[in-house]
Parts: sequence; structure tokens; C-alpha cells
Amino acid sequence: MKSETARDYLDELVEWASARLSGNEVLLAHLSGEDSDFVRFNHARVRQAGTVSQRTISLDLIDGRKHAEGSVSLTGVVDLDRHRVAELMSGLREQRAVLPEDPYLLYSTSAESSERLVEGQAPISADAIDAVAEGAGDSDLVGIYAAGQSFRGFANSLGQRNWFAAGSFNLDWSLHLQADKATKNAYAGLEWDPAEMAAKLAWSRRELDALGRTPHTLPPGGYRAYLSPAALREIMDMLAWGGFSLRSHRTKQTPLLRMITEGAELDPSVSISEDIAGGVAPDFQAAGFRRPDSVSLIDRGRFAGHLVSPRSAQEYGVDTNGADDGEYPTAIAMAPGDLPTDDILSELGTGLYVGNLWYLNFSDRSACRTTGMTRFGTFWVEDGEIVAPIDVLRFDDTAFHLLGDRLVGLTDTAETILDSSTYVERSTESLRLPGALVEEMTFTL
Amino acid sequence: MTDLETRLEDRLLAALPADADYASARHVVERGSRLEVRNGVVEPSSTGHDEGVMFSVWIDGGAGYAATSDLSDEGLARAVEQASAWAAATTGRSLIDSTPLLHSVGEYVSPVSDPFDQLSLADQVALLIEADSALGGHGRIVDRSASLVRYDIRSLLLTNRGGRVAQEIRQVFPELRATANEGSNTQNRTYGAGNYAGQGGVEVLTRHGFRDAAAGIGEEAVALLEAPNCPTGTMDLILAPDQMALQIHESIGHPLELDRILGDERNYAGTSFVTQDMFGSYQYGSDLLNVTFDPSVPGQMASYAFDDDGTPAERTHLIKGGILQTPLGGTISQARTGMAGVANSRASSWNRPPIDRMANLNVEPGESTLDELIRGVEYGVLMETNVSWSIDDSRNKFQFGAELGRVIENGQISHVVRNPNYRGISATFWRNLSGVADDFTVMAVGNCGKGEPNQVIRVGHASPHCRFSGVEVFGGEE
Repeated sequence: MKSETARDYLDELVEWASARLSGNEVLLAHLSGEDSDFVRFNHARVRQAGTVSQRTISLDLIDGRKHAEGSVSLTGVVDLDRHRVAELMSGLREQRAVLPEDPYLLYSTSAESSERLVEGQAPISADAIDAVAEGAGDSDLVGIYAAGQSFRGFANSLGQRNWFAAGSFNLDWSLHLQADKATKNAYAGLEWDPAEMAAKLAWSRRELDALGRTPHTLPPGGYRAYLSPAALREIMDMLAWGGFSLRSHRTKQTPLLRMITEGAELDPSVSISEDIAGGVAPDFQAAGFRRPDSVSLIDRGRFAGHLVSPRSAQEYGVDTNGADDGEYPTAIAMAPGDLPTDDILSELGTGLYVGNLWYLNFSDRSACRTTGMTRFGTFWVEDGEIVAPIDVLRFDDTAFHLLGDRLVGLTDTAETILDSSTYVERSTESLRLPGALVEEMTFTL
Repeated sequence: MTDLETRLEDRLLAALPADADYASARHVVERGSRLEVRNGVVEPSSTGHDEGVMFSVWIDGGAGYAATSDLSDEGLARAVEQASAWAAATTGRSLIDSTPLLHSVGEYVSPVSDPFDQLSLADQVALLIEADSALGGHGRIVDRSASLVRYDIRSLLLTNRGGRVAQEIRQVFPELRATANEGSNTQNRTYGAGNYAGQGGVEVLTRHGFRDAAAGIGEEAVALLEAPNCPTGTMDLILAPDQMALQIHESIGHPLELDRILGDERNYAGTSFVTQDMFGSYQYGSDLLNVTFDPSVPGQMASYAFDDDGTPAERTHLIKGGILQTPLGGTISQARTGMAGVANSRASSWNRPPIDRMANLNVEPGESTLDELIRGVEYGVLMETNVSWSIDDSRNKFQFGAELGRVIENGQISHVVRNPNYRGISATFWRNLSGVADDFTVMAVGNCGKGEPNQVIRVGHASPHCRFSGVEVFGGEE
């Protein structure tokens, strides 16, 4: 089912369902679907390859302030899907009759329709297999190629229609030298260019040369460190876990709690926003609210704004800015700084070049104290020259240090990272981040 | 039920390519529901009906899959065509050039003594309102919630040589959470971190006392606000079962997954410090450590008769007397290595292919009482309920945190501490296992992520209280 076909299908199904509403009922519908190819590699050979085609419609059936939500997979067979939607609506009415009124119910009544198409051209996947195998040469490549079309749609019985479709590819790989010594890279975008992919793979192979040196085993302690955009992304993911959610702030569960209780600040060079206009995510959410082009979250080191879902808006008496229920950013962007990216090894001088961080979690959430591991492409640097890879180290430090009083600066360019996550479905999230140079980062194991 | 649904099994069989070296259709229907009461407000109830089929085809050393929610005849035919095309495209490029998969016949149904459907929606709402209210008896509770999540999963695996495995699994996830705050200090207390879940019906709620747990959870969240920070130092550590579940999961379960050892996960979930040559001789833990893969525990989250490749499942020792015995490797990984394994090839749903996963992975009980474990500690901490987990990509250097700690002095529990954390190295941590209690708590972890494309799967863990010596323990920020 092509994007346009899926869009028409949603429209027709919601029109059909809307004609079966009774009294003052309002129906909200959200469609999520994809046609994706996945090819998994190990030792530069195919481990698993396949295609996934899926569509799920989620309904919210409302009567006054009472409502119930449900979802069902769509088959593409009109009669069967109508049967499933009718069955779901019947079940929702039964549940709604039992449930009390919902004081936090809020849905879009603006009937503001929209369309966002991020169209690209992925290669035929079998050709991608050949290109990856050829580009990897005799390297030990492990990774995933994911490509195809994703779409999200909103439609309600009030006549509002919103559509998002993206055609993209994401080749995410690592090249391995021995044990855990590996480099990590990705080639993602909308238009597949075999030459660009080959160049990126060639760069990965050259990075392997440095990994061949005898690794340094560093004792725990504080080290000057450069966090690449990919490494900083892991820190940002932790901040995103409740850091900007209005609900998390009001219930004191935010890891940025000290910013609201003690006036703690990050370095003035740190400005963070939810940049929908610059990302590749839908510009509407499941209850039909549009997302603004940009929401300032941290402005020059100070907390600036929240992500507000419709429920939180109703609960706390503020306006929603189109966040989904989880109030996570979907297109987070950090403004670049003034450190020359091309000279970052010289700026680092002697210390750790951290290519990637891994498996972060809070060791003290209220203090935004976070632990995690170094992983791919992490090196010991002396006098601006890479000396050797390191054996993995565990850090345990707070963002108030790493992006606060110990931040030397941010690089003058920001890198766009398309999220390669494929839990349940291919992600449409992205990040745009610079690298960060830190005077001292605390390592514990 | 429509005619298309009634005839689905026949249509799936008809779609399977008879001449393929191996072909299967794995149809999954997962019906879920979620109900939550938060701060006295009934959140929107939600239900889910997720359904689709994955065809897998092996031809001439190539293999491919195609998964679709389109269950029309045309949709099934298109999926078989796509899977066959992948098989052709991967011939000569595949890591695995022949199929060892079986054509099994059998079935499994979760044992249910008290069906959940007998608890009406109104009764469930009343139960959660009461629990939510009981969580919040103190003014410093700033957020609280009580919830029930259920999944009824029907799967049917058909193969082109007469295989037929039908399984019906019913899972229940009860949860309670109280959040207390004062200034910059926020503390959470939960009902076993959501780990008190399992297969069954209403009886899952009674296994760990869901109906009576709320008040204590709220009180402990407030008590944590007043508690001192966890002490820092190298000391004895006792882990309660709801912390052991995470410890087992991260530092035994993942390292023993054979696909990680074979390198499949190196780009994402990681590799393992365990290598194939260690099995049969490596001293993984002290001689008190006995670990089983046990799909036969009644009511445990990942009990089943067959994995998603159709391999019959049976109880197997992975570690016995501290010695590493058997990896967590399904039929395909076994064929790749020539090693014995278990039936652990599992998929998160119809839209993801099976890979090596945990299922029920349990530390077997010992002979000491919990009191005896505590009496054997001169100075240490007992930690309860996981809250934080982090481990390196070889599953070796870890740091875990718990919701609540209890300091032990001279063989007796003295006081509660907040933000308890500990760190260690898997390869040595389990060798410091100095005591295993005779209790045995059956639990689950509902959010195990792995695989490319990514998959979240629900697994079971059971454990007694365990004591470890010489562990690096510490607290949070002052």
C-alpha cells in the first residue's frame, strides 16, 4: 500500500466510522504504518533479511468528558477492517459506560489539516546488500540496513486530516578489529548515493588502523574528554527522559529538578530546542494537535520551556505544544558553539576522545547524575594526536558538570543524527548536536 | 469472526511454498489492555489488538522473511513472494547456508486458575482506585499510580512439512508507584519495579500481595526522603529477589546468549565476555550458584512448550555448582556452533524474526534462611527493587541501583538508606556469592531490548535472596 493509498484508506475508514457515531460522539483516529526492508549483517554477510508491512489504527471514542481508547491492526481488506473497527468501537462504548468522566481530556477541535511529506529514494534492498558487501571488503562489518516508507495520519469526525510520510534509509554499522575494539558509523538519509556510502565505509576502515594499536587501560579518575555528537546524543537521551516533560517537572521526577528547585544552570553556551521544522518527525500528535516549528527548552544554560501534552495542559492549566503523552522530544537540537570542529584533537590536547557512550542510566536521578560506558571509537589522545584505543571505562557524572561548570565549549558545527531505532516500528526521530569538550569527566570503573 | 478469519489456518497452509527447503507461517494475535488510576483520576483505558503473520522461507542456502498485517489472500501471497525473493537474494551471501529448523507438533496454554475476565472492568477500576488512594496517605507524596496491564497472546506456527505449534499465553502486569518529594530530593517506591508479573489470571495479583501492598509502598517512599544516603565502601551486599532479577538478567542472561557470543549483536546490544570454549569448565560463580533455563515453572512469565522456531523447550542447567554448562542458544545458533543449547529462539511479535533471547532464567534456591544470610554480615547493605541498570557491551563492568537499602550492622538490620548503588565486574562478582537463601520469588522483566531490527520481549526470572562479599557500594549526590 503506497503512502497516498494508505492516506485515502484512512480517510475512507474514518468517514465510514464517523457515519456510525451516535449522539454527540466524537471519534479521533491515528494511523501508524510502514513498508520496511531490514537486512542484518554479521561478518559482512547477511544474518537475516526481510520485509515488514504493518498498519495500526488507534481510536479514541469520546462522548462528553467520557472516552476510551483502543487500537487494532489493519489488514487492507475493506470489509474485514470495517468489521474490526466496528468491533473496537463497540468495545470502547462498553468500557466508556463504566468509566468515570476524564477531567484531563483534551483534543483538537480546530480542524486544522496539514501535510508533511519527506520523500526520498532508497535503493532496491538487494542492491544495498551488494553495495555493503563490496564496501566492507574483508572487514568484519556488523549492522543493519533499514529502508522504506513510514507514514502517520490523523483524522477525526470533525473533519480534521493530518498526514505525514517519509521515505528514507538508514545503514547503521560497526567495523570490528578484535573483541570490543570497533568503529561505528552510519549512512542515513533520503537519497541513496553509492559513492557517499562507499566513502563512509572507507573512512570506517581507515579508523580501524588506529584501533590496531595496543589499547591503554586507564585507571578510574577524572580525565579531560571530548564527546563526539554521537556520544553527546546518549547524554541528551538521558535529559530527554523526563527532563523537559511538564508532568515530570510538576511531579518532581525530572532529572533537571535542581534547575527548578535550586536555580541550577548549565553553561551559557548550551541552548536546546525541540526543532520540529528541522527534523523528520510528524508535525502533529495523536490527539490532533499541531506541533510548533520550535520549542525552546534550554536557553543559554537556563531552563526555558516544557514539552506539554494535551493531558498535562489540562491537568496543569497551560497550553499544549503538541507533545505526545510521553512528553519526549522528537527532534532535539543543540546550538553549536565556537570550537573549530576540524581542530578538535588539538583543542582536546591530552585526554579522551569519546566516540560513543553506551547503556546510560541514572545513579541519582534527582541530581541528574548519570552512569554509562565508553564504547566504539574511543581513544587516548596526547598533544592532539591519537595514541591508542582504550579499554572500556565507566563514567559516573552529572550533566550539571558535563554541560555546566566543566564544559570547555561546543564545536562550531552540529551533526544531524537520524535515529536508527526500530522498536515496534522505524523511528522518525532525529537529533542535531555539536560535539562537547569537557575539562574533566569522572570515570569510576 | 469473518470468513477470512475462520479459514485463516487453511489459507496460511495453502500459501506456504511446498518445495522450499523450509517454510513457515507464524501467525500472532496479541490482545492487550491497560487500566491506570493516577492521583485519584482514572486515566483513559486502552485496548489493543495486534495481529499479523510472518512467512519465513529457506531456499538453496538463502533465507528471507516477510511479515504483514494484510491477511487477505493477495496479502499472504505477496508476503510469500517477498520472503522467497529475499531467500534468492541472500543465496551465497548468507551467514547460515542451511536450515536446521524442525517441523514440530504440539501446543501450550497458560495455566489460569482464576480467569481475569471474571473481574469486571468496574471491579478493576474499584481495585485500582483503592490501591491508588492507599499509596497517597502522606502529604509529601507528589505523584502516585496503580495500574493493570494484560496480554492474551495466541500464536500458531505452521511449516511446509506438517509442523503445527499452537500456544496461548496470558500475562498480567500489576504495578504500583509512589513518588515522594522534598526540595531537591525525590524518591520512588514501586511494587517490585513492575517485576511482580506473570502468566495466569487474577491469581497473579495475589502471588505478591498486590491488594495489600500500596500503603507500605507509600510509607516507604516517604521514609526514603528522611533516610541518609547509602554508605560508601567495600562491603557485604544482600540483594532481594526484585533486585536479583535485574542482576541475573544483565550479568548472566545476556552474556550467555549464543548469538551475542557469535557476534550478531556487536553493532547494537553488544558482545559477551563469555566465549564458546568456556562452556563445561569456566568457574562463573561460587559453588553456590545454580542457574536454570526453565520454561516449566507454572505461572512464570516465559513458560512455554516451544520457542518461536518450534523447538521443544525443557528445563536445562546453564550453570551448575558455579561451573558454566550451557549457552542460551536456539536451534540455529546450535547448528552454527555445534554446541548444545536450549529452546530460546523468540520473537517479540509477528513482525520481528526470532533470535536468541532469555525466557525463564532462574537462580535456584539454596539452604540458608534469609535471617542466616543477614546474621552473617558484620557491615553491609540489603538492597531492594531495581531502579537503575547499566553494563558494558561485553556484559562485564556493571553499575546497578536499587530503590531502597537497609544497612546491616553486626548481623542485624539497623536503618533504611536512600539511593543505594553498587558496581562490579560480572566475571568476578558471582564468584563472591557467599550465601543463597531458601526462598524463591518468581518474577518477570517486561522490557528486555535487543536485536536489529529492535525487539522488546518479556522474560521471567526467579531468585532467592543472595549475599555477595566485597562489593563496592555507594550512594547518590549529597
